Amino acid sequence: MATVTLTIDGRKVEIEQGSTILEAAKKAGIDIPTLCHLEEINEIGACRVCVVEVEGAKTLMASCVAPVADGMVVHTNSPRVRNSRKITVELLLSNHPYECPTCIRNGNCELQSLAERLGIRSVRYQGERIEYTPDTSTPSIVRDPNKCVLCRRCVAVCDKIQSVKAIGPLDRGFDTTIGPAFKDPLKDVACVLCGQCTLVCPVGALYEKDQIDEVWAALDDPKKHVVVQTAPATRVSVGEMFGLPPGSIVTGKMVAALRRLGFDKVFDTDFTADLTILEEGSEFLERLTKGGTLPLITSCSPGWIKFIEHFYPDLLPNLSTCKSPQQMFGALAKTYYAEKMGIDPKDIFVVSIMPCTAKKFEAKRPEMTSSGYPDIDVVLTTRELGRMLKQAGIDWDALEEEDYDAPLGISTGAAVIFGATGGVMEAALRTAYELATGKELPSVDFHDVRGFQGIKEATVDVDGTKVNVAVAHTLGNARKVLDRVKSGEADYHFIEIMACPGGCIGGGGQPIPTNTEIRLKRIAAIYTADEMMTIRKSHENPVIKQLYEEYLGQPLSHRSHELLHTHYYARSKYPGMEAATGQHASASPVAAD
Amino acid sequence: MEKKSCLCEELWSELDNVIASKRGKPGALMQVLHWAQENIGYLPREVQVRVAEGLGVALSEVYGVATFYAFFSLKPKGKYQISCCKGTACYVRGAPQVLERFERELGVKAGDTTDDGMFSLEVVRCLGACGLSPVITVNKDTHARMKADLVPGILSKYRKAELASETA
Repeated sequence: MATVTLTIDGRKVEIEQGSTILEAAKKAGIDIPTLCHLEEINEIGACRVCVVEVEGAKTLMASCVAPVADGMVVHTNSPRVRNSRKITVELLLSNHPYECPTCIRNGNCELQSLAERLGIRSVRYQGERIEYTPDTSTPSIVRDPNKCVLCRRCVAVCDKIQSVKAIGPLDRGFDTTIGPAFKDPLKDVACVLCGQCTLVCPVGALYEKDQIDEVWAALDDPKKHVVVQTAPATRVSVGEMFGLPPGSIVTGKMVAALRRLGFDKVFDTDFTADLTILEEGSEFLERLTKGGTLPLITSCSPGWIKFIEHFYPDLLPNLSTCKSPQQMFGALAKTYYAEKMGIDPKDIFVVSIMPCTAKKFEAKRPEMTSSGYPDIDVVLTTRELGRMLKQAGIDWDALEEEDYDAPLGISTGAAVIFGATGGVMEAALRTAYELATGKELPSVDFHDVRGFQGIKEATVDVDGTKVNVAVAHTLGNARKVLDRVKSGEADYHFIEIMACPGGCIGGGGQPIPTNTEIRLKRIAAIYTADEMMTIRKSHENPVIKQLYEEYLGQPLSHRSHELLHTHYYARSKYPGMEAATGQHASASPVAAD
Repeated sequence: MEKKSCLCEELWSELDNVIASKRGKPGALMQVLHWAQENIGYLPREVQVRVAEGLGVALSEVYGVATFYAFFSLKPKGKYQISCCKGTACYVRGAPQVLERFERELGVKAGDTTDDGMFSLEVVRCLGACGLSPVITVNKDTHARMKADLVPGILSKYRKAELASETA
């Protein structure tokens, strides 16, 4: 590839043709401030924070989109540049509420950091402001247009990564806002609540619905027996809330911290991840051998479930009927565990720690009440857990590692890899292979389904039967796979789909920032955590065996179906339509083409 | 083309034909919305959903375009559309007083339509006729060198014309 040489702040830089000035500056060790820029997702040069002075050019140029040229001379820190950046950020601040101390992003806000970095100590401009009412209509995500800086990162991620396009820029000029069509509340549009927008929002305009106080109230209630479960992905990310480098495995410290908060039992979603493998693996083998609907598609990711319900309802029969591990856990906590401990299920309060905003929605689905009570009472995201631990004054560094409680805290390496894209597939293959063949796997590692590639394919020989599997992460990739299934192009037997990039480790409830580099480190940590486990196949989990012997019978038993399986609903692509107009609602068929 | 007041079956199928003829072409969304604005008179939710489904684009995108351009309207426009220029030349020569008088006489604010559906009032930026400033248009008629005191006369002219066409 051809390269060009340019001079930035007096330093010569050689870089590939077609690169941006921003990239060249980075190579030269110069950090140009940005706001709207999001690598490969939102490169639109809209905010003008990254402007630089190019000799010979009349105006300042947005370095995030301006391509390099041979012999170019660039100044990134001239008086003109400093002045322009300052004016830009001051203008943004002039239309931004000064609520920093009470804002959910206080201390982790890009606008705040920019103001600090540019040395803005006062704002010279005062002007009109429009007051908006924050949208709190969903159980997962809050939108506060008052704080929005119109960078459009959320719009880009919703469109380009997730292909959902629930939100876009509305109106024009000073009236511009970001939101759903017709300014409908988020609950009335086909938003899947994946929360990727909350990860990329530079400010406090999009964030998880905070439920920390509900958990405090339960912990403070002496009548409640409060148990907690932690999702696989949380153990490789919550450390980032305390300044640890991405990819730190903090399982033992997280367990200790949860005990300090006052939970009566600290359990693990990994336990029901193992259980999911038994149920879903058996479901797969049954469909494969008895001619059921194939390909079977995994059902662990609630953002993905809402996506297929809105956009591909005709493929709902392909979904595994298994509840997600989170919901299986809640159902068992309020039945099996309640009976074992002699506690009335009405007094059991189940909290989940999840990397996910859509889990908050899943927990509130009306069908998720197998015990007669909601399976799950409150879902906290990884970010909320981090904040709660800070509220409690827990000194993270001083914590000694502790183990999960038995019985619902015992798990295998197959469960922990649920947190990474390809993990559920690999865990299922480890078990399905051995269940179907009765033989031991030569190696538990299925490398073809690992890694960050958007769509991964593999063929596994299960005792002479060739099983074609596919793994997709992000809903944009899910759409591609589903379109191939619908057209008959693909001949898959089993598909794993996770809504978020990288799988749950990249979920919408994870610490901010979450980007590709950080996702890769968390994925590496997930596989290390798998290797650290003595048992690495779900069907070898001794407590799972005991659970079947004592309570469930065998996989897909009547009781399993009652507690661990569910059903799905076709949802309209335009849920707000009927309420809004009535007439011609039928003109919007649920599935296009 | 004469604007139709109802979204009858005939109009729906015309819209579907327009969508089908533009689908997959560059600028399809703008062209279809343009047709719908001209022929339906505004872009209600059902129309935008039909366009989104027909062209295979997201409703958020359709609505984004519909609310970006002043040409498109989400509400039915009046039979007579009054566009009041507030460009620089018209502004300094008294456009605000003219607009204020229209608002008072019609009992609606700029951007709205009278209850009887007769007049809608909007502000535009420079009609390109600064020599005639302050200038307004009512549908295709241009009224030059406007004064606030001329407003009642202009309105009654259109009201009378309307009355005459009804009795005729």
